[in-house]
Amino acid sequence: MSRIAKRFAETRAHGRAALIPYVTAGDPAPGVTVALMHDLVAAGADLLELGVPFSDPMADGPVIQLACERALAHGTSLRDVIGMVRTFRERDRDTPVVLMGYLNPVERMGSEAFAEAAGAAGVDGVLLVDLPPEESADLSGLLERVGIEPIFLVAPTTSSVRLHHVAAAARGFIYYVSLKGVTGSRSLDTNELGARLGPIRALTELPLGVGFGIRDAETAARVARVADAVVVGSAIVRLVEEFPEAPEQFRAAASALVREMRTAMDAARMAEAPATV
Amino acid sequence: MKQAIDWAAFPDARGHFGPYGGRFVAETLMGALDELQAVYEKYINDPEFVAELDADLRNFVGRPSPLYLAERLTRELGGAQIYLKREDLNHTGAHKVNNTIGQALLAKRLGKTRIIAETGAGQHGVATATVAARLGLECVVYMGAEDIQRQSPNVYRMRLLGADVVAVKSGSRTLKDALNEAMRDWVSNVDDTFYIIGTVAGPHPYPAMVRDFQSVIGREARAQHLEMTGRLPDALVACVGGGSNAIGLFHPFLADESVAMIGVEAGGEGVATGRHSAPLCAGRPGVLHGNRTYLMEDDNGQIIETHSISAGLDYPGVGPEHSWLKDLGRATYVSVTDAEALRAFHRLTRTEGIIPALETSHAVAHVLDLAPSMRSDQSLIINLSGRGDKDLNTIARLEGIEL
Ligand SMILES: Cc1ncc(COP(=O)(O)O)c(C=O)c1O
Repeated sequence: MSRIAKRFAETRAHGRAALIPYVTAGDPAPGVTVALMHDLVAAGADLLELGVPFSDPMADGPVIQLACERALAHGTSLRDVIGMVRTFRERDRDTPVVLMGYLNPVERMGSEAFAEAAGAAGVDGVLLVDLPPEESADLSGLLERVGIEPIFLVAPTTSSVRLHHVAAAARGFIYYVSLKGVTGSRSLDTNELGARLGPIRALTELPLGVGFGIRDAETAARVARVADAVVVGSAIVRLVEEFPEAPEQFRAAASALVREMRTAMDAARMAEAPATV
Repeated sequence: MKQAIDWAAFPDARGHFGPYGGRFVAETLMGALDELQAVYEKYINDPEFVAELDADLRNFVGRPSPLYLAERLTRELGGAQIYLKREDLNHTGAHKVNNTIGQALLAKRLGKTRIIAETGAGQHGVATATVAARLGLECVVYMGAEDIQRQSPNVYRMRLLGADVVAVKSGSRTLKDALNEAMRDWVSNVDDTFYIIGTVAGPHPYPAMVRDFQSVIGREARAQHLEMTGRLPDALVACVGGGSNAIGLFHPFLADESVAMIGVEAGGEGVATGRHSAPLCAGRPGVLHGNRTYLMEDDNGQIIETHSISAGLDYPGVGPEHSWLKDLGRATYVSVTDAEALRAFHRLTRTEGIIPALETSHAVAHVLDLAPSMRSDQSLIINLSGRGDKDLNTIARLEGIEL
C-alpha cells in the first residue's frame, strides 16, 4: 500500500478528515523549508504539499506568486526541492509528501531523471497544475514505475465526460478545486460542496481532497464534514509576509494556524459522528 | 523522397503540430477550451459566419490590404523585387485586428458579455478594445507595467475606446506577465468572459484559430502577387513575436515548395549577449502558456527575462506551429538586433514614405541583407505588419527629443 493510501486509511479509520498544508519550497528561504515541514506535521498535518517554485505560476494568485518569487530569488530549483524531501525523510518516514507545481521545470530536468530522483528521495505524489490527464500518459507511466502517484485536479467546470478521464488517470487522491479562480481567491461556498462531490464519488474510490479558498479554521471545519481532505495553501503562505525578517515567527504562526484548523476539523467530524455511525 | 505534408491537417484533434502545441492548462479552463473549440470548428466553415467575417474585414478593417512594390528600396538594394503587404493600412494600424474581429464574432455567438486580452505593444489591446466598443462588450486589457510606459499612445487609445487597462506588475512586467494575468482573470470569470489571445500561442485551439483568422494576409498576398507578376514570390519575410503575422502570411504558401519563408526574431542587444527575445534561434522546447514550444528558459526550467526594443516581440515563447516549421526546415528563423531594426525603421521611412512599427522594422532589417543576395528577376514579400505611430515616443527619446 502506498504511503498516501495508508495515511487515508488511517484518517478514515479515525473518522477524521486529513489536513494537507501547502507551502512553497524555498520560501522565505531554502533553509527554512524542512524544519517547517516537521513543524506542520507536529501541528497536525496528515500529508504535506510542497510547492515547486515557477517563474510563471499561471494558476496561482498573488500570495503564491510572491512566494515563488522569493523562493526563486534564492535560486530554489526542482533538484533542491527534491533534496528537501530527502532530508525530511531522514526523520519522517510516514507523512506523505506531494510535489505541486508546473510542468516546465520537470521537462527541463527530464521526466525520467525527475521520476527517479523524486522516487528515491521519498516523494509520494506529483501534481502538475498545467498537465491535464490528456497530456500526462508518458510522465504518469514513469512516475508510477517508481511508486509515485500522479494527482489530478477536478474543477467546478469539469464536464462529466472529462470527469471519467480524470478519474481513470488519477491515483492517490483527487484534488477538487473548490472555486473558479486562482489559489487564494475569495472564500469558497461550502454549501454547494457536498452536492459537487457526489458525482465524483460515484466514479472513484479515491479520497477527495478540497482546496483553493480555504482561509480559516471555520471554513476548514465545514469542508471537513464532506471531504476526505482539506488543502490549505495561501492562508499559510500569506503568513510569510507578516514576518518578513523572522522565519522562526513565521513557522510558529503557520503551526498555530494548522493546529487551529486541526482542532476545528476534528470537532466538526465529532459533532457529526453520532449521526453517521 | 520527401513525403508531402498535408498542411491543412494540422494541428491534430488535440492541437498538436508534431511534438508541439497541445493544451497545458489548469483543469478549470479545460471546459472553456472545449467550448471554444466546438464553436470555432462549427463556424469557421459556416457560410453565414464567413460572410459576416468577410463583410467586417472589407467594410470595417478596409481589406484587402494592398500589395505594394517598394520601387525605390528595391532599386537601392539592387536585388530582389521587394513587395510590402500593407497590414499597416488596416483600421487600428496593424494585422492584429484581423484576429480580434474573428474572435469577437465567436464571442458574440457564445453569448459572452465580457472580453479580456493581453497586450505587449498595445496593438492587440487596441484592436480588441475596438471590436469590444463596436459590439458594446465590457473590455479589460492586461498590459505589463513596463510596456505601459513605452507604448503610452496605445494605452490612451484603449482608454478612449472604453477599455479598462490593467497594469501588470508581476515578473518581468512585460507581455508574458500580461498573458499570465489574463489567464488568471479567465479562470476566475470563465462563465461570462471570452479571452481574445493576440497571437498564435496559448492552448489549443488558439494557435490554430488565430492562424486561420490571420491567413487572410497570405491568401490575399498570394493572389495579388500572382496577378501582378504572373508567378509566386521566392521568399516571404515577417517578424515573429508570438508569430501571428508571420503564420498569417506563411500558411497559405506552405504547399508552394519554391517559396522560402523566413521569420525574424528580436535579437535585442545580440543573441550572444543573452539579452534578446529569440527563442527559435537560441531557446529550447518546453511548456509555457498552455502549449509546448521553443522557449527562453534557464537550466532549471524557469522562464528568463527577454529584451527587445519592441514591446510586441518581447516574449520568451513562440507559437507552436513555428517550432514545428523550424524543426521540419520548412521555414527558417533568424534574428535582428535593436540597432539593426532601428536603422531599418529610418531607412524604410526615408525611402518609401512608410513609417513601420518597430516590430515590423525587424523584418525590414533582414531584407536589407537578403534582397541584395537575390537576383532582380526574383521577388520577396515583407509582411508590413503595422505602422509606427505608437513608437514615435520611443524613437524620439532615443534621439534625445521629448515629444
Ligand atoms: C505591428 C506588430 N507586428 C508584429 C507583432 C508581433 O506579434 P506576432 O508575432 O503575433 O505577429 C506585433 C505585436 O504586438 C505588432 O504590434
